[in-house]
Amino acid sequence: MTDISLIRNFSIIAHIDHGKSTLSDRLIQICGNVSNREMKEQILDSMDIERERGITIKAQTVRLDYKHSDGKIYQLNLMDTPGHVDFAYEVSRSLAACEGAILVVDASQGVEAQTLANVYQALDNDLEILPVLNKVDLPSADEDRVKQQIEDVIGIDASEAIGVSAKTGLNVEAVLGAIVERLPPPKGDPDKPLKAMLVDSWYDAYLGVVVLVRIIDGTLKRGQKVQMMATGGHYQVERIGIFRPKQEMLTELGPGEVGFFTAAIKEVADTRVGDTVTDEKNPTPEPLPGFKPAQPVVFCGLFPVDAADFEDLRDAMGRLRLNDASFSFETETSAALGFGFRCGFLGLLHLEIITERLEREFNLDLITTAPSVIYHLHMTDGSMVELHNPADMPDTVRIDHIEEPWIEATILVPDEYLGAVLKLCQDRRGRQKQLTYVGTRAMLIYELPLNEVVFDFYDRLKSVSRGYASFDYHIKGYEENELVKLSILVNDEPVDALSMIVHRTRAESRGRAMCEKLKELIRPHLFKIPIQAAIGGKVIARETISALRKDVIAKCYGGDITRKRKLLDKQKAGKKKMREFGKVEIPQEAFIAALKMDEN
Amino acid sequence: MTRQTTITETNSDPGFGVYIHWPFCAQKCPYCDFNSHVRFGGWDEPRYLAAYKRELDHVAALIATSANSRTVSSIFFGGGTPSLMKPETVGAILDHIAALWPVDPSAEITLEANPGSVEAARFAGYHAAGVNRVSIGVQSLRDADLKRLGRIHSVSEAKAAVEIARKTFDRFSFDLIYARPDQTLADWRTELAEALAMAGGHLSLYQLTIEPETRFADLYAKGKLIIPAAEAAHDLYELTQELTSKAGFAQYEISNHARPGEESRHNLVYWRYGEYAGIGPGAHGRIGTENAHLATSTERNPERWLDQVESSGHGIADTEHLKAEHRADEMLLMGLRLAEGVDLERLADIGGVTPRRAVIDNLVRQGLIERMPAPAEDLDDAFDEIRACIGPGLAPTAIKPPLPLGRIRATASGRFILNQVVLELSAAFEPIAAQASHTMDNLSRAH
Repeated sequence: MTDISLIRNFSIIAHIDHGKSTLSDRLIQICGNVSNREMKEQILDSMDIERERGITIKAQTVRLDYKHSDGKIYQLNLMDTPGHVDFAYEVSRSLAACEGAILVVDASQGVEAQTLANVYQALDNDLEILPVLNKVDLPSADEDRVKQQIEDVIGIDASEAIGVSAKTGLNVEAVLGAIVERLPPPKGDPDKPLKAMLVDSWYDAYLGVVVLVRIIDGTLKRGQKVQMMATGGHYQVERIGIFRPKQEMLTELGPGEVGFFTAAIKEVADTRVGDTVTDEKNPTPEPLPGFKPAQPVVFCGLFPVDAADFEDLRDAMGRLRLNDASFSFETETSAALGFGFRCGFLGLLHLEIITERLEREFNLDLITTAPSVIYHLHMTDGSMVELHNPADMPDTVRIDHIEEPWIEATILVPDEYLGAVLKLCQDRRGRQKQLTYVGTRAMLIYELPLNEVVFDFYDRLKSVSRGYASFDYHIKGYEENELVKLSILVNDEPVDALSMIVHRTRAESRGRAMCEKLKELIRPHLFKIPIQAAIGGKVIARETISALRKDVIAKCYGGDITRKRKLLDKQKAGKKKMREFGKVEIPQEAFIAALKMDEN
Repeated sequence: MTRQTTITETNSDPGFGVYIHWPFCAQKCPYCDFNSHVRFGGWDEPRYLAAYKRELDHVAALIATSANSRTVSSIFFGGGTPSLMKPETVGAILDHIAALWPVDPSAEITLEANPGSVEAARFAGYHAAGVNRVSIGVQSLRDADLKRLGRIHSVSEAKAAVEIARKTFDRFSFDLIYARPDQTLADWRTELAEALAMAGGHLSLYQLTIEPETRFADLYAKGKLIIPAAEAAHDLYELTQELTSKAGFAQYEISNHARPGEESRHNLVYWRYGEYAGIGPGAHGRIGTENAHLATSTERNPERWLDQVESSGHGIADTEHLKAEHRADEMLLMGLRLAEGVDLERLADIGGVTPRRAVIDNLVRQGLIERMPAPAEDLDDAFDEIRACIGPGLAPTAIKPPLPLGRIRATASGRFILNQVVLELSAAFEPIAAQASHTMDNLSRAH
């Protein structure tokens, strides 16, 4: 057990691409935990998707042994936390397990919205913040301006910010020194009953469920019988260890230390982030504050393109859920898409990651329906119903009023794109709460309905600001609004998977845009196809796809039938991927692309 | 309709054709995506002749392994521009073919020709060599349009070539391209009438299509070439059918029209999915060997083809063993182009599949295909007859009634959207055994 005064627990807060992973890699390298041969760029982001997108999904830790100039060897625990708003709760728990945080800011780009949200969380958790300016070797770096910005926007002293280049290793050693000198050691009592925070957990094919913990009080020992206070599970600890980043087995973990244990736990769902792990016989009287069960906020339908893949999809989702209890699914049947699943996600990025993993790691072709939020339907009989799927909307005469979730969004955008961003927010029913300037950039605080954000808000924001705007949000609460269900009829048949809930004032333009988009996406058939948008029985927009007039190879001789047959094969394969609905083949892109429309 | 029956009767044996591809052209046409090459330095014609002979020998040996005895029913020189060949070369190739296989005395021997005056001067030589039919690439009877199509001949040259062909050969055909940029219905009505007045027994009338990787495709993509939209193209197509049929030229294939008995026998081999050898650079063949049905295609580049033939005896670059389902698709794809349609019994024999009855019914209801001959009013009546023949004592499951598959063909409107019709049918193929069991279901239910 390490002397608690020689322990420092810290996380790194940074915007995507500001160099969090590179800096972590350098710190690990300097402390000699990894040989150069083993050094793979961005060691901590082990999943392909994490590496490609430069984001972290699972919290990970590394213990570093650092010999400081005072001659003592310190145990530094680096906690790599997810950096995206979808995982805000997980981030808050990782931060709660630390005493300090390194704030990495790109010395030319300055503070971004995502950084702000995480820094505020760190400050809320009383963490000591250590500002580090990265990429100071670039010609565009402007340390003084960015220091000033950190002081203006975040309100912390940046005068002693350390300028580094994580890429070249310049001045990175100074960061280690500052961690020891400026971050406080943890507090904890080895004699009190065991109290540990569950920081994260994942499924390992060899070890079973691996639980990452930070010990607050007491000691966690091999063979000890422990209890999870929120879920109530009892387990006997089998293995205890740490990551360096390679696994290293230990016999115990003491106060202030960070490490993992395994205990024959079957499912990740039995281990909730933020839960308190304590001794079964001698439990701590008070669990740790701040525990919240994972709450999906965005829902969508996932259907196999080939109906025969339904069972494979169920297996694949089951396997992903082994490692990600925050993602939920239940069977859904759609008249248009057949058998599939209604899935809940922490946010849009989470949704994208899960669908991408299903397609990539399990080789499944999926149809994703439009993302939806949870509506609160207040019924005339006084009850409240949660609506996850627009297709399930009950008869409107039974509904008294509908509430939808709203978010508070923070957007940072260079001045020249402010006009376009303001228009986008207004178009999405946004309410401006604040407009201030951070240097030449505007900082906007907007309240927006989440259902206007889940479709393509982020894509649109990126496009109207040429990629310069940064965006972050948190859920604010529910508000009553005049919401209606917009149904889409193709060839006079309602297509359930295309129905959506929209604000009444936006129903007509949305319906019209939807019909126009579908007209582009559905190829002409052998007959005329009407496409209609309707609220209840009232048609509010209409388009018609004329019947196919010409589709023939004029000249067909010379004996080359192969090319034509291969073309036919391709068309047949394409036809299989279509969903036949009211005799009309709707391409799978339609279900999602139809909702990604430009505002007009 | 009587002529229709004549063709159908001969359909049981589609014949055996030999296709010879001559890859050179004097100039590349901007719309053409055929395997054609311009060689300003000329070519070594005797060397090519030797290579054609060697490749013929190779294919003859390959197909000799199958039990079929073959009589050549047609030979076709296509290109490129085969009328750039010396008549002696053509004659030597024909002699070589006759040495390898018996050739039907009435075999159709066609050569594609450009209507330039130089080429026309060689017509007599081709005739003496054994060619009995020419197909002339007239393309348009308007000088301005010939220029836009990138053709180097004039209308007067084309007309002169047609007259020489009429005097020289028993049979000839010429091609026109319509649905050209800016072409109106009135323009086409006049031009087609002129064409019909000077036609022999056969006319090929193609709508201009934009083929990938051609100059026209590039211009089209840049918006510099505008061709009639689907609606206008449809009207031009209908006008074409109206004028040709009035003049006695039946539409026996989507883009081909002939007086009775004047159909291109060689092209019918393709469309009826018969057997054909493909010789020369970029030629395709469909041939049967001892244990396989092969799709062959040769090296497209003339010089590489020549080298390959000289070093290994043939220029075949790709040989695909066609599975039954491939053959079913190909037969349907080609056969529905014909007015005579497709014999579903033969499709079942060759491919082991037949389109689901419901899909056929649906396409019939939409007026896109029709059954030939029309099926019995009520299917149950047909089965009643069968049962009556067999006697009441036999359980229906113990008998295998003949499948009432018959023929199907695309209607005039179905033909203009044939790709979709073929797609619907092909996507609805099911094994012939499944079809039989549906029939049995019907039978038991009727019982």
